[in-house]
Amino acid sequence: MTFVKLFIPALLATAALAVASLFVGVSEMTFSTLLSGPGGERAWMILGASRVPRTLALILAGAGMAVAGTIMQMLSRNRFVEPSTAGTVESASLGMLAVLLLAPDLPVIMKMLVAAAFALAGTAVFLSILRRVPLRSPVLVPLIGLMLGGVINACTTFFAYRYDLLQAMGAWTSGDFSAVLRGRYEVLWVALALTVAAYVAADRFTVAGMGEDFSTNLGLDHRKVVGLGLVIVSMVTASVVVTAGILPFIGLIVPNLVSMVMGDRLRRTLPWIALSGAALVLVCDMIGRLVNAPYEIPVGSVLGVVGSLFFLNLLLRRRPRAA
Amino acid sequence: MQPDSLRSARRVLLIIGIVAAAAVVAFMTLGARGNWSFVLPFRGTKVLALVLVAYSIAVSTVLFQTITNNRILTPAIMGFDWLYMLLQTVLVFLLGAAATSSIDPRLMFLVEIGTMTGFSLVLYRFLFSGSIRDLHLLILIGVVFGTLFRSLAGLLQRLIDPNEFVVLQDRMFASFNAVDSNLLVISAVMVAIASIIALRIFHTFDVMALGRETAISLGVDHRRITMIVLILVTVLVSVSAALVGPVTFFGLLVANLAYIVMPTAKHRYVLPAAVLIAIICLVGGQTVLERLFAFDTALSIVVEFAGGLFFIFYLLRGHPR
Amino acid sequence: MIDIDNITKAYGEATVVDGVTAKLPKGGVTTIIGPNGAGKSTLLSMIARLIPSDKGSVLVDGLDVARTSGDKLARRLSILRQDNHMTARLTVRDLVAFGRYPYSKGRVTAEDREHVRRALGYLGLEELGERFLDELSGGQRQRAFVAMILCQDTDYMLFDEPLNNLDIRHAVAMMKLLRDAARDFGKTVVVVLHDVNFASCYSDHIVVMRDGRLFMQGTPREIIRPDILEQTYGCPFEVHELGGDRIAVYYA
Repeated sequence: MTFVKLFIPALLATAALAVASLFVGVSEMTFSTLLSGPGGERAWMILGASRVPRTLALILAGAGMAVAGTIMQMLSRNRFVEPSTAGTVESASLGMLAVLLLAPDLPVIMKMLVAAAFALAGTAVFLSILRRVPLRSPVLVPLIGLMLGGVINACTTFFAYRYDLLQAMGAWTSGDFSAVLRGRYEVLWVALALTVAAYVAADRFTVAGMGEDFSTNLGLDHRKVVGLGLVIVSMVTASVVVTAGILPFIGLIVPNLVSMVMGDRLRRTLPWIALSGAALVLVCDMIGRLVNAPYEIPVGSVLGVVGSLFFLNLLLRRRPRAA
Repeated sequence: MQPDSLRSARRVLLIIGIVAAAAVVAFMTLGARGNWSFVLPFRGTKVLALVLVAYSIAVSTVLFQTITNNRILTPAIMGFDWLYMLLQTVLVFLLGAAATSSIDPRLMFLVEIGTMTGFSLVLYRFLFSGSIRDLHLLILIGVVFGTLFRSLAGLLQRLIDPNEFVVLQDRMFASFNAVDSNLLVISAVMVAIASIIALRIFHTFDVMALGRETAISLGVDHRRITMIVLILVTVLVSVSAALVGPVTFFGLLVANLAYIVMPTAKHRYVLPAAVLIAIICLVGGQTVLERLFAFDTALSIVVEFAGGLFFIFYLLRGHPR
Repeated sequence: MIDIDNITKAYGEATVVDGVTAKLPKGGVTTIIGPNGAGKSTLLSMIARLIPSDKGSVLVDGLDVARTSGDKLARRLSILRQDNHMTARLTVRDLVAFGRYPYSKGRVTAEDREHVRRALGYLGLEELGERFLDELSGGQRQRAFVAMILCQDTDYMLFDEPLNNLDIRHAVAMMKLLRDAARDFGKTVVVVLHDVNFASCYSDHIVVMRDGRLFMQGTPREIIRPDILEQTYGCPFEVHELGGDRIAVYYA
């Protein structure tokens, strides 16, 4: 019950982060120039064309990836799985490359759908490999996912190299929000819609997380839930990859932290997961913008370090029962 | 061991030796046009580099698997390659690109290998102190360490002035095709020294492979040998990483191929077999890709692809011990 | 009534359940016993459509479990398997409340809350309601799972080795609870048990399986006999009558 009371303050704190994020950047734009003074018009333009889209994109991507990670952990019943440890992200990248090679003129939303189709296929392959894991050793699962991601990545690199697209590929693998402008991020609203959809279906995902036998006992069609989850995860991942690139480990960090504190009843925890995901990405992005100003460090790089440290910590402090 | 399997081990060695030699000859001569006095030294340097890399990766992987007593862990999978890359980045970051380029690359290389050895000893102690019993957990931790090193290197590269970053990028993204010939001599010397040391303790390897308890009860100073082998492994890893950059799965592939083709587990046969197979794969693969398909640096990508699939297959097969 | 008709399950060469035909009566406690590998758990799982059968059919009150919608069946039949590993981190109350999922689909009503409260009470879990499952002992967790099944409030309740992890006091309480559920609320309880004497003392009906086949079925008085038990388990048995119950002794 206490968590409910805390949610409003947490929401406000995240909103404050978002506002702070609006005022961090290379171009001169402070609160006072916005209100009056010379350059006010220019400041509003920067705000509308660049800063607001960027902050919105960060929030949508962070919330979406955190929720996607949660769903994957429920479906695979494994704490270490998230889109970047299951081949999902790499498959979406391969999809992006395919679009770039075969139909570079498609509108963004179509690119996203193609990437999502690839992500869906890759994740489905991952889940079907999991069914063949002889002993459901919890650490074997992300290991296979990481390796599968590596194999898919090798394919992507091969074709990118062959067709001289390594540079372009770098752009969507780095997790960089600096190029997000008005008109270049709107596909992320799809991620928001899917996040809301995930909340609507929260109880199904919790039941699926209890395992196939429990799901069947409670009259839930496990395969349908897995299908729904896969679609949500792939679309969210693809929309993020298309707009900003890879945001590694959010889906690992946030769900695990929230689960430690509040458990896994998604009806209760999903709002927290979405909020914390957004806050984490906002913070990492600000760090990336401030540390080496005027140059920017992509948020993906910051998350890579933070996330792998968190992952190591999670693995090393693992008690035998945890899985 | 029966003399039969010894004889067949020698026969296999002879065959893969001939194939390896053929691969080298093919690489040197196929499609060569024009002046031999130009082609031979040019390709010769390249072949020497490839052979050095093949040797380093094969020997370091087999020895690492001997002291860790399993056939799926390799230094590359445990993140050692990326550790080397991280160290390089840290050096540029601390000293600046200008200073880094002005230092004699050979001196630099020695410093890097020294630091690398220290760090990898710490990493090894941490991972193999016996507190982590689950092999899969151990691999996963190693893989995530690799990710951490790579991410840290990536982050540091972003912190470096973009102009200086270009200098670093040249050094970081070496490939099978663009081997740094300046490093060849010093690499060859390092590999030679490592090999001489390895030869002096060669007789302990077969005993070490039996496991810690058995090795100790047979009178081998397990701790000391482990340390020496680990230092040798680190040197060899540094050599290959410096020459061609990180290659995650190559060692795993060649070591396991060697275990498969050799009817015996004795290091006298497995080690040369692994080296020869590595040479066949690298030199032969490069010949095929370069001469037949006109691809340049795609070999490492192909190796990652095949190696990753092999690794997943190996994991799924069940008991990787 | 559960009507099992010629049901078969094979894994590769090994036929685990081999053409079992049986009618399990409505009401009361039915126990399935038999040696390891007799196919008891597989049979139970097939009745509850957790494992599809290769051949044959199961009708529960005339409903074919393979064809009826999962949702509808979940309000008529529930099952708890053994060795439940739960990765999801739920509190005991959350878990038990999910027993109401077939009715309320997650929107917990006042009636659901009342069911949850009662189920927690039956199993003595009131104090542990807000604890996470992974913080409990094996026995407490097992009781929480059973509470969830009770909360599901189905006519048919199937349990695979529900006494696992329970000490003697809780094992006896569990069997009494299941017997009361059958007697007082008209439930049909089907239990796979290892312990012949629990089966003897608490069942109305016993089904004996051997080598994937139905070996015998009948009342405890008909089944708990030295000759039948010896044929079933392949070791010597004595059976004594104690306070109206038949107790098998097999420690000789």
